[in-house]
Amino acid sequence: MNVTTTILEIRGLKARIAEDGTEILKGVDLTVNAGEVHAIMGPNGSGKSTLAHVLSGREGYEVTDGTVLYKGKDLLSMPPEMRAREGVFLSFQYPVEIPGVANTYFLRMALNAVRKHRGLPEVDAMDFLSLVEEKAALVEMEDALLSRNVNEGFSGGEKKRNEIFQMAVLDPTLAILDETDSGLDIDALRVVASGVNSLRSPERAMLLITHYQRLLNYITPDVIHVLSGGRIVRSGDKSLALLLEEKGYGWLEEEAAVGAGTAS
Amino acid sequence: MSSNEILSELTNQEYRHGFVTDVESEVFRPGLDEEIVAAISAKKKEPQWLLDWRLKAYRHWLGMTEPKWAKVSYPPIDYQAIRYYAAPKSTKDGPQSLADVDPELLRTYEKLGVPLEERAILAGVAVDAVFDSVSVATTFRESLAKVGVIFCSFSEAVHQHPDLVKKYLGSVVPYTDNFFATLNSAVFSDGSFCFVPKGVRCPMELSTYFRINQADTGQFERTLIVAEEGASVSYLEGCTAPKRDTNQLHAAVVELVALDDAKIKYSTVQNWYPGDKDGKGGIYNFVTKRGKCAGKRSKISWTQVETGSSITWKYPSCILLGDDSVGEFYSVALANNYQQADTGTKMIHIGKNTRSTIVSKGISAGHGQNTYRGGVSIAKSAIGARNYSQCDSLLLGDKCGAHTFPYLDVKTSTAQIEHEASTSKIGEDQLFYCRQRGLTNEDAVSLIVNGFARRVIRELPMEFAVEATKLLGVSLEGSVG
Ligand SMILES: Nc1ncnc2c1ncn2[C@@H]1O[C@H](COP(=O)(O)OP(=O)(O)OP(=O)(O)O)[C@@H](O)[C@H]1O
Ligand SMILES: [Mg+2]
Repeated sequence: MNVTTTILEIRGLKARIAEDGTEILKGVDLTVNAGEVHAIMGPNGSGKSTLAHVLSGREGYEVTDGTVLYKGKDLLSMPPEMRAREGVFLSFQYPVEIPGVANTYFLRMALNAVRKHRGLPEVDAMDFLSLVEEKAALVEMEDALLSRNVNEGFSGGEKKRNEIFQMAVLDPTLAILDETDSGLDIDALRVVASGVNSLRSPERAMLLITHYQRLLNYITPDVIHVLSGGRIVRSGDKSLALLLEEKGYGWLEEEAAVGAGTAS
Repeated sequence: MSSNEILSELTNQEYRHGFVTDVESEVFRPGLDEEIVAAISAKKKEPQWLLDWRLKAYRHWLGMTEPKWAKVSYPPIDYQAIRYYAAPKSTKDGPQSLADVDPELLRTYEKLGVPLEERAILAGVAVDAVFDSVSVATTFRESLAKVGVIFCSFSEAVHQHPDLVKKYLGSVVPYTDNFFATLNSAVFSDGSFCFVPKGVRCPMELSTYFRINQADTGQFERTLIVAEEGASVSYLEGCTAPKRDTNQLHAAVVELVALDDAKIKYSTVQNWYPGDKDGKGGIYNFVTKRGKCAGKRSKISWTQVETGSSITWKYPSCILLGDDSVGEFYSVALANNYQQADTGTKMIHIGKNTRSTIVSKGISAGHGQNTYRGGVSIAKSAIGARNYSQCDSLLLGDKCGAHTFPYLDVKTSTAQIEHEASTSKIGEDQLFYCRQRGLTNEDAVSLIVNGFARRVIRELPMEFAVEATKLLGVSLEGSVG
């Protein structure tokens, strides 16, 4: 069988900062199918995190144009928690600390919210425990981190690991990983990458936001996009990443400027 | 119940104790004078010495003025408009057993989540229930009596254990203490009495549920707990009141006495009606609570979760008299809408090597104003005394306020004092993080607030920690987003 299911379909998406009206996304088009991993690269400030935030429903942005379909539904009309329950997971570039709330307690609430939405009963305590053990092993999370408060006092690398661990437990349909590789040492990078790889599945789609070719040595994306100036200016295969590593982003930005000039 | 159910239940509720119970009540005319004081005493068939004590208090009170130093504001209280006594009629002669209690009252306590029937009761918790001015039922009395623990209403104690009452009443909070405590001394109607004799560890949690039902009445209960040498007891009080658009006064006094090596743990979950979202109605909770660590190595620990009342004015304190005695104060105070809380503690170190710990967590939302006021005083005699204080404030929104007034008075150079304080806001980023994981905004707020308060909540007896967790959520309903 060779039916492709589209998970995410972004058309002409424009978004600005609600506070000052600065336009950040200037017309993004992107289609991601089930089973695919897409990497999004691009210079600092080009709008990668903004795209992740708009897709996950963070406040503070205004969508001024375009549409986003997620499994055929209008994603932008859903509140953030609905998107999460529908299977959209964001691994944060800067994971947030929640003092006094145990990591596993938090995760169990999250899991139950998702399960409830899917019409499943609350997770049984024993089942949850074994699920946690299994997934923690996947990203080599230390037990101590599970019982500590959510991200409180975690090192940068531990926070990122925790994100992937949460993702593994919550089993999303669309995972958006915003610079999960930044701040990881070589060993941690390998562990996180293998965690991500093991979560690749024909039902799931992933968007990997990254700056480094390094991560792509471990996770081979199906497509690489370059986001620059709020637009996807180039898409290609793995070789594009190598090209970027060598030449930087400057040449693409110039091309894009020329392209934009001829189009208008 | 799972945490999820708890949280989803709590975020969908308003003040759920706001019903009025339709029982026939006997009430006194409004107003306060010697006749009323004498009538209350007569109603309770009190001995002369107690009437005299009340009258001394009343006369002293006439010369006092309301304290104005707290950071709370309210229109003047007309003490002549208040009724100082209200009692359900059917308990006129005192219920002899649960069978004699008005079934309507039993249903009231069930609605409050306090089943009074012994077989249905939370495992191992003895309950005294005070409805308006009188105690309506005390459970488990007999099994407690077997080990020598006395747990009964204050009125009964006056008759059955007059020597104990006479010895300890006013020994920690004298009738001259302060405006509200003095008023209470004159007009207190009932409350709980607990005595744990030498060497006895009270085998179960003791608890009292207070409920104001009657309109225009004040509630002035008085609690006295004595733990003799080596005794220990854990006691919890819960409070609720119906919704009314007028303010009602609650001026209680609690006295604790711990002798050598005794331990008293006193926990409060205070959920009096807080007023509506515009600040109309609610209870004025002006309470004096003080414990005396009279004996060596004794320990008194106060834990309070204060979510209700339109105004809270209370400072559960410890007098650390005995050498090596320990005082603790763990507090969560929440002020939402137009609630005002001015609360804290006073740790008075007198004995050698006395230690105290203060952990205060203030939560402000809406237009709420939350003040921590805490005093640590260390006398010259308190050689080697130590205090640790931690005061944290959490703000939800930008119309509320948090204020901290720590007072320090140290008379010996051998003391060690440590103070930490912080103020933080619930962050947009924290809320979004939770929502991105599937939690609603309300669940997220509740989760973050409970995390903030956890250090205190975990000091509560287990059964009540769950209740307190729920309450924090309910009380913040609609305060964010
Ligand atoms: N809340 C905000 N207020 C003002 N400007 C913002 C806000 N959020 C994002 N921006 C701006 O939008 C632009 C895009 O930011 P974004 O975080 O999406 O970039 P990025 O591609 O993720 O960069 P990086 O690689 O550094 O993570 C930046 O210029 C940033 O300063
Ligand atoms: Mg970014």
